[in-house]
Amino acid sequence: MPERAVPSIRRIGHTTIDIVLRLGYAARFIVLTLLHSGTSFRRFGLIIREIYYTGVLSLIIILVSGLFVGMVLGFQGYHTLQTYGSESALGVLVALSLVRELGPVMAGLLFASRAGSAITAEIGLMKATEQLSAMEMMAVDPIARVVAPRFWAGFLSMPLLAAMFSAMGVFGGYLVGVVLIGVDEGSFWSQMQSAVDFREDILNGVIKSVVFGFAVTWIALFEGYDAPPTAEGVSGATTRTVVTSSLAILGLDFMLTSFMFRGV
Amino acid sequence: MAADNLIEIDSVDYWYDRRRAILSGIDMTIPRGKVVAIMGISGSGKTTLLRLIGGVMKARKGEVRVDGQLVNKLDSNGIYRLRRRMGMLFQFGALFTDLSVFDNVAFQMREHTNLPERMIRDLVFMKLHAVGLRGAHRLMPSELSGGMARRVALARAIALDPMLILYDEPFTGLDPISLGVIRNLIRRLNDALGATSIIVTHDVQEALEIVDYVYYMSDGRIVAHGTPQEMLANHEPLVHQFVYGEPDGPVPFQYPSRNYAEDLKLGARHA
Amino acid sequence: MERSMLDLWVGLFVCAGVGALLILALKVGNMSGYNAADTYQVYAQFDNIGGLKPRAPVKSAGVVVGRVAGITFDNDKFLAKVTMTIDKRYTFPKDTTASVLTSGLLGEQYIGLVAGGDAANLAQGDTIKLTQSAVVLENLISQFLYSKAAEGDTKK
Repeated sequence: MPERAVPSIRRIGHTTIDIVLRLGYAARFIVLTLLHSGTSFRRFGLIIREIYYTGVLSLIIILVSGLFVGMVLGFQGYHTLQTYGSESALGVLVALSLVRELGPVMAGLLFASRAGSAITAEIGLMKATEQLSAMEMMAVDPIARVVAPRFWAGFLSMPLLAAMFSAMGVFGGYLVGVVLIGVDEGSFWSQMQSAVDFREDILNGVIKSVVFGFAVTWIALFEGYDAPPTAEGVSGATTRTVVTSSLAILGLDFMLTSFMFRGV
Repeated sequence: MAADNLIEIDSVDYWYDRRRAILSGIDMTIPRGKVVAIMGISGSGKTTLLRLIGGVMKARKGEVRVDGQLVNKLDSNGIYRLRRRMGMLFQFGALFTDLSVFDNVAFQMREHTNLPERMIRDLVFMKLHAVGLRGAHRLMPSELSGGMARRVALARAIALDPMLILYDEPFTGLDPISLGVIRNLIRRLNDALGATSIIVTHDVQEALEIVDYVYYMSDGRIVAHGTPQEMLANHEPLVHQFVYGEPDGPVPFQYPSRNYAEDLKLGARHA
Repeated sequence: MERSMLDLWVGLFVCAGVGALLILALKVGNMSGYNAADTYQVYAQFDNIGGLKPRAPVKSAGVVVGRVAGITFDNDKFLAKVTMTIDKRYTFPKDTTASVLTSGLLGEQYIGLVAGGDAANLAQGDTIKLTQSAVVLENLISQFLYSKAAEGDTKK
């Protein structure tokens, strides 16, 4: 019996060491990225180019999803609130759920699967085709030239995307609640405005989206940079990016929520 | 050191794992202005040697000197400064897929110099003209054939008029015409730029036609060196097998294995 | 992609994002009506605050003039200590009365301020002396029942 237990214990040990090593590499990677960000700020064109690829190209999916999520919230919220005779609080329900939770989380998940996977695949392929080595042989640091601009582009794009998602969602809720069902427009907006606080709700939502943007971009870049330079390696890394960053978003969201809204 | 030797390698060892040396006791001098080939079968350590010269990896023992500088003692800034005077052609070109042909060639000029855009334009066209692809400057790397991509990569490697050009398997996967073009370009550019070239390859016939000197490596050691004529006449079995591409010899056809009859269970059936 | 097109798209993207943030702040949130920067704090002690929560509104004559910033328990006097932030635009006399009220029968609880007649105004850090606790429904009902029972006794 003990002889049989040894290999499985060894496997546990091996996996643990592997995880710790990767965490260490990932931490070193983000520190290097931050330290080598000077070039990307001196040549802001590099970041603008990447904002186009991460932010602008994610726009359609974010706007459409935001609209639909808001419309569904409008329907479902109306049905529940109507039972208690408080349809006028529909605006509050739609706005608070979007601004506090759904906006940052959904935008983060969509961002991870649209932009995050693209970043991983692109960097993984650049590595597999020796483009990163070539850059290094030309005395150009790939972290400064390739990684850092993408990092800052993701970091800047994500809060904007989350804000657009929330705004679009509120508009969707308004369409369904006010235009379609006929909730009173005045009470829809006024109740919303008296219940949604700028600092407590909106700013906290923005902070969440900034944290998610940081996490998703970091994971995507690291997975790409760390991917084995083969076709299978890159495809595996792309999958890992989506899975890991989705889990990271949900876990971070729980932690941030319990910090931010504990007293309320 | 003698000023006419660009590269001096002195009893260099390299290993990932102490028990299995990748390179051992390498001595090599490469004079300025020459085209030198490092040949050997796959896994003989020739690419590793190229990386030591480029400063990608550092020798564990011994000295690698490029233009008088001790590469394995340089810090990363020093290596980057040295690399600005080197060009490298990768096996499959390694062009930046998100940049056009023009921007690929202009890449180093934009990164390392403050030249005005007009001058960069002229320089890029000169480099592209040298490889015969001035007309393709608008194309993206995905629109190029393998041979054209290699030529663009060559133009990019010589963008800053390097003193040393490294070629990693430049002939792999090319059709005969492109192969001839690349082969002639390597020689012509070397002489036109007054540079020094190192070609790592296993394409014997192509390489022997253009190089001045050959180092033959096997198992992490240099087993023979000489001019192309000397290599062709070499009777060392390893070199002879390699140069004439014989299927069996000191490098065996069979991977080391147990007795053939035993593997087929012939003994078992008789028993 | 041409550089100018790229710049245009990214410019549009950033404008849309900032615009969305502004809409959230002004149209959805209440930043336009209430600014956290220009406020002063006053305190009030209550026997019982009922279901009052932090961030509940502070109203005077039905108009929101501030918010409840925090609620703590004073362990020396065994009273609830409520911190309120009041908008600088509104000033109240020192003898203002603060009471915990309920909007509607079961609605949210808030603090109502009724101005007194003192010449001096409340300033940062002052404490409102006159307070009226929350009406607790259970107490109200039991009071009502007792008085009914007492009525019955006297009638007999």
